[in-house]
Amino acid sequence: MTHRHDRTLKVGALARVEGEGAMYVRVRDGRVEKVRLDIYEPPRFFEAFLRGRAHTEPPDITARICGICPIAYQMSACRAIEDACGVTVDGPLGDLRRLLYCGEWIESHALHVYLLHAPDFLGYPGAVEMARDQRPVVERGLRLKKAGNAVMELLGGRAIHPVNVRVGGFHRTPPRTELAPLAETLRRARDDALATVEWAAGFEFPDFEHAHEHLALVADRYPLEGGILRRGTGRSFTAAEFEENVVEEQVPHSTALHARFTDGGTYLAGPLARYSLNRERLSPLARQAADLAGLGPVCRNPFRAILVRSVEIVYAVDEALRIIDGYEPPPRPAVPVPPREGTGCGVTEAPRGVLYHRYAIGPDGLIAAARIVPPTSQNQAAIEHDLGRFVASRLHLDDHALTHQCEQAIRNYDPCISCSTHFLDLTVERS
Amino acid sequence: MGRPTLAVWKFASCDGCQLSLLDCEDELLELAGQIEIVHFLEASAAAGDGPYDVSLVEGSITTDADRARIRHVRRVSRKLITIGACATAGGVQALRNFADVEEFASVVYARPEYVATLATSTPIAAHVPVDFELQGCPIDRRQLVEVLAAHLAGRRPDVPDHSVCFECKIRGNVCVMVAHGTPCLGPITHAGCGAICPSYGRGCYGCFGPSPTWGGDRPNTRGLLPWLDMTEGEARRVLSTFNVAAFREAGEREPREEAGDDASP
Repeated sequence: MTHRHDRTLKVGALARVEGEGAMYVRVRDGRVEKVRLDIYEPPRFFEAFLRGRAHTEPPDITARICGICPIAYQMSACRAIEDACGVTVDGPLGDLRRLLYCGEWIESHALHVYLLHAPDFLGYPGAVEMARDQRPVVERGLRLKKAGNAVMELLGGRAIHPVNVRVGGFHRTPPRTELAPLAETLRRARDDALATVEWAAGFEFPDFEHAHEHLALVADRYPLEGGILRRGTGRSFTAAEFEENVVEEQVPHSTALHARFTDGGTYLAGPLARYSLNRERLSPLARQAADLAGLGPVCRNPFRAILVRSVEIVYAVDEALRIIDGYEPPPRPAVPVPPREGTGCGVTEAPRGVLYHRYAIGPDGLIAAARIVPPTSQNQAAIEHDLGRFVASRLHLDDHALTHQCEQAIRNYDPCISCSTHFLDLTVERS
Repeated sequence: MGRPTLAVWKFASCDGCQLSLLDCEDELLELAGQIEIVHFLEASAAAGDGPYDVSLVEGSITTDADRARIRHVRRVSRKLITIGACATAGGVQALRNFADVEEFASVVYARPEYVATLATSTPIAAHVPVDFELQGCPIDRRQLVEVLAAHLAGRRPDVPDHSVCFECKIRGNVCVMVAHGTPCLGPITHAGCGAICPSYGRGCYGCFGPSPTWGGDRPNTRGLLPWLDMTEGEARRVLSTFNVAAFREAGEREPREEAGDDASP
């Protein structure tokens, strides 16, 4: 069964990823000939139907791109529209946005760490099966996830597709008294988050390093809701320069769009990139947790992304508590953002990485054009490339084991496939 | 007799409604004790074969392949429950139904000829018989637990069919329309969310779809305009979002026959 020279590995429907995708690997003459992460999620055309909508509408509409990270879409949309209209939202309103984003990071990372990713390291098909043997562990994960959802429910109205975000700020801002019980929840969550890092640090990680440049936002604090884009080489560019620096193009072997730097190769966004470019901006407790987990100054092993996510949960809980402690209700829930003809760009750090939005607003105040580049479409080329190298180093495994390991390798990146605003459907190649 | 088996299926959607199941943090493990979750790709790689006692279906039908797949899902499911605006009304992607889908594709994709998609996004009930429809974008997780619990107990789910206005009054909110002149679709929107938007000082934007009491013989969109203090463009846009096809249907003809319920043992 092993040592065959011609093999085809297929996973028809990837499990424990968000959205629908498949994997295809072709080995010929003992050489990896073709690797494809197929996105067969049907297109939903968000960029097309955003045209003609009021400039106030994209936060509600683009939230529907992804049920797991709606805040990321709302935040990038708000920033881009505010940029187009010449308005900056900062001070207490900016802090509240960051607090809300922390809630999404906690919820999304806890979901990925416990329900989607950890079962791979522990040999279970999923968290429900894992709970039969390790109920307290799964309960800890659910508690953490619930703490993130509590932040989103209080500030956003609900955890999935929150309603309280608007261009310019919020519809309603909470009084200090409402945040107090949240702080209690988050203090318990901090213990759970630290326990998560310690737990995940005990997993066995395959020896593997990705070979891509990193891309992440950098800012005064660990990047969430804004900043400047920085590459692993140190070169920086702004949100407005995104499309000059990143191109998406079709490659001969695949109909999927692949992102790369205009002056270079593929890149990786997401937790590994964020951590490697911003480690010194973590809170002291989160940095300490990173040390305990054995994460050096740079992390290039995608399997260890579970550790970085766990450390980022510690950070998000810490940061949420810091914001709640210093919170003074803003004088008004939102700053006015009258529409203005022009174009604006916004980039924020979705849990899965850099999320870019651009909107052109016409003279009638309506959206004339929209462009959305989600993290998974940026990472897709890197994932495929890593998968190729991963397979090449494991050709001695039998098909079953190799397929299983490939699936695990894909889940390292937490690909969020429903954000198919910008994927090409691959039906043509599946003939 | 073993536990009833549950399968969760996804079609064109954002994953948010099936995520509602994982968001039942307090009930998930207990639920998993009473129902055997045998097919739920977002949560588990173990995908057991059917037939299944209950299938939860998220998402709308937008491709030929999915049109065939939903028929298969129906065949292997004793009860089929659709969850969310995509599955019950075509979702936000049904905006293509009122536009030129080829033009849409050309805006989004460099090589639109590779995009295999139907010109429409249609609800599950347009393709196969459905036993219960749970509305919302996203659905409310308490309602989801109620629907599953009702199934286990063999009773009719206690899911209200009045409008958001009722929930708003129960919450003790000041009416945002009367007090602040804020346009609000609460009077014509299906209850279920708990009137979140008015509680946060904004008007309801109709993400739970039309209330069953609002139909062809009730005030239509145009009739509501002065009441809602919306311009025609605003009203058209707000009704043309997450339940675009349902609101258009409800405004244009009699309420459709409710697609049965889950009460029959």
